[in-house]
Amino acid sequence: MVVEQPYISVRDLVFTRGDRLIYDGLSVDFPRGKVTAIMGPSGTGKTTLLRLIGGQLTPDQGSIVLAGEEITTLKRPQLFELRKQKMGMLFQTGALFTDLNVFDNVAFPLRVHTDLPESMIRDLVLMKLEAVGLRGARNLNPAELSGGMARRVALARSIAMDPELIMYDEPFTGLDPISMGMIVKLIRGLNKALGLTSLLVSHDVEECCGIADYLCLVSGGKVIGFGSPNELLHEGSDEVRQFLSGDPDGPVPFHYPANDYREDILAGGN
Amino acid sequence: MQKRSIELTVGAFVVIGILALVLMALRVSGLSMSDAGDTYTIKARFENLGGLNERAKVSMAGVTIGRVTRVYLDKEWYSAVVEMEITKDMSTLTSDTSAAILTAGLLGEKYIGLTVGAEDDYLQENDWIEDTQSALVLEELIGRFLFSKAEEG
Amino acid sequence: MLERLQLLGRKGLSSIEALGSASLLLWHSLSWGGPGSANFSDLIRQLFAVGVRSLSIIAVAGFFVGMVLGLQGYTILVDFGSEAALGTMVSLTLLRELGPVVTALLFAGRAGSALTAEIGLMKATEQLSAMEMMGVDPLKRVITPRLWAGIISMPLLAVIFSTVGIWGGAFVAIDMLGIDEGAYWGNMQASVEFYNDVIKGVIKSIAFGWVVTWIAVYQGYASMPTSEGIGKATTQTVVISSLAVLGLDFVLTAVMFGGV
Repeated sequence: MVVEQPYISVRDLVFTRGDRLIYDGLSVDFPRGKVTAIMGPSGTGKTTLLRLIGGQLTPDQGSIVLAGEEITTLKRPQLFELRKQKMGMLFQTGALFTDLNVFDNVAFPLRVHTDLPESMIRDLVLMKLEAVGLRGARNLNPAELSGGMARRVALARSIAMDPELIMYDEPFTGLDPISMGMIVKLIRGLNKALGLTSLLVSHDVEECCGIADYLCLVSGGKVIGFGSPNELLHEGSDEVRQFLSGDPDGPVPFHYPANDYREDILAGGN
Repeated sequence: MQKRSIELTVGAFVVIGILALVLMALRVSGLSMSDAGDTYTIKARFENLGGLNERAKVSMAGVTIGRVTRVYLDKEWYSAVVEMEITKDMSTLTSDTSAAILTAGLLGEKYIGLTVGAEDDYLQENDWIEDTQSALVLEELIGRFLFSKAEEG
Repeated sequence: MLERLQLLGRKGLSSIEALGSASLLLWHSLSWGGPGSANFSDLIRQLFAVGVRSLSIIAVAGFFVGMVLGLQGYTILVDFGSEAALGTMVSLTLLRELGPVVTALLFAGRAGSALTAEIGLMKATEQLSAMEMMGVDPLKRVITPRLWAGIISMPLLAVIFSTVGIWGGAFVAIDMLGIDEGAYWGNMQASVEFYNDVIKGVIKSIAFGWVVTWIAVYQGYASMPTSEGIGKATTQTVVISSLAVLGLDFVLTAVMFGGV
C-alpha cells in the first residue's frame, strides 16, 4: 500500500542480532497522525523495529527517515535532540524510575529539558496526570501502583514533552480487562486529541483491530501485509488471514519441520 | 523533608571526613598549626648528625620542648647546622646551654637533648648554642677502640 | 587442544572488548567535567547511598583492625623492648596500607555491589532505555553522579577508617596494655609525616575509589538484563574490584613509597 506523506519511512532494512537475521530488506511507511499496529508472531523482532526507529539500535543496512531526518546516520547529540522533541515511548513494564514518586516521574523530562518555574511544571504534570486519570495518585511510589496504573503513569510521562510520535511496546500484555480497556481508550483518545502518530507493537489481534487505523504484519523479516484491519481480514494472503483469525494450522504449519511420523516411530531407538 | 535529611547527613559525612583528616594532621602527624607565634628558633653546629632528621624532638630532661625545623651543611665550615624551634614557655635557656644528639633506646629515634648552664643571660632568637656534642657513630667508636688497642700493643 | 586455544583466544578478545567499552563508558561519563557536572541533588543522593550508608561498617571495621594491630604489634615489639614504638607501627600501617586497602575492599562489597545491582535493575526494568528515549543521556544522568560519589566518598571513608583505627589501637595500647600515653602519641607524631604518610594514603584511596566505582557501574551497565545476569554481575564487581585494588595497591606503593 502506498502511503502519502508518511511520517516514518523504512527502506530496505537489514538487521542481524548475532548470527540471526531479524530483518531482511524490510520496507514500510507509517502514515502521519494515525494509529498503526505492528503485529506478527512472537520472536519476529517487533520490539526491535521500535528500537531501530528510536535509534537505540543501528541497522546493518537500509534507511529510516523520521519527519525528514535520517535516523541511522544521526550523531549522538542530534539523536537525543530529536528524541526529546519528537518521540515518546511507552515500555512494556512502564519503566518508571523507582526512586521517584508518580509526580516526579512525570515531571522528570520537563525538569531536565526545560527551565520552566516549578509552579508551571506542577500545572503541566497535573494536566498530564489528569489526562490518564491519575491526578489523585501523584504522591504514590511506583512500587505501590498496579501494572495498569504504572503503565498509565508512564504514558503521562511519555507525553509530557508533547511528542509527535508515540511508540507503544506491548501495551496490553498482562493487564486485566478493565486496565486494558483504559489503555485502549487512552491510546485512541490521545491520538485524536493530540494528533499523534502512534505505533503499537502487539500480538493481541482483537484489541489491535479495534483501535488501529492500519495493521502492519511482519513475519520472517519482511512485511507480509499492510492495510486497514478490514482489508487484511478479507483480502490478505493466507498467512495474514491465518494470523488474524488465529488458526492453529495453515501456511504456518502446526508441526515443526520433521521427517515422516510413521517412519520415525517405527525406527525405534536405533 | 526527606530530601532535607539526606542533604544534612551527607553534609555531616563530609564534615566528619574532613575533621578526621584534620585530626590526622594535628594529632597523628603532629603538624602544628601555629608555627610562628609561640616558638623561637636557635641554632647549633655539629660535627656529625648521625641520622638526625628534620622534625626530630628537642628535649630537656626527657621532656619535649621543641622540634628540629631545618638541617643543612655549612659549606664554609663543612659542618652540619641544625635549626630548632623551642616553645616560648622555655625562654629561659641560658646562653651556655649545651646540646647533644642522643638516641631513644638502643634502636630508637635520634633527638637533641639540651642541658642548661650557669650564665645569667638567655638565648635569644637565632642565637647559637656553642657547646655541642655530636652523635655517637658506631664505626668511629670501633675505629677509635681498635686504634688505641694497636697503640697499646 | 585446538579448541582450548580457541576458547582462550575468545576469552582474551572478550576481555579486551570489555575493557574498551568500559573505557568508553568512563570517557563519556566523565567528559562533562568535574563533580559539578552531575545534577546536584543526584550527586547528594548518591553520596548518601554510597558514602553515608558505608560509614557504619567502615567505622566498626576500622576500630577492630586498629585494636588487632595494637595487640599483634605489642607482642612483636615487646620482644625488642620497643613497645613504645607501637603508636608508630599502628598509625603507619593504617595510614599507608590497611586504611585505603581494607576500606576499598569493604567499599567494593558494600557500595560497589549495590551500585551494580541498582544499575543492572534499572537496565532490566528498561529505565535506562526509557531515559534514552526521553532524550536524556543515561550516562550523564545515572553513571556520572555515581562515579563522582564513589570518588569523593572513598578518601573520606578511608581517612575515617584510619582515624578510628588509630584510636582503637590507642585504646588497646594505653588502657589495656599499659603503654605510656605520651610514648604512644609522641613516637607516632615524631615519625608520621603529613604529606608522606597521610596524603599519600589519601591519594591511594582516591585511586581505589575511582577503580571500584568504575568497575561497579560498568558491570551494572553491561550486565545481562535478567535476574541471573544481575547476580553474576554483582559477584563479578566484588571479585574484579578486589583484585584490581590489591594489584593497584602494589603499583602505587612501588611508585609512591619507592623501593623499586
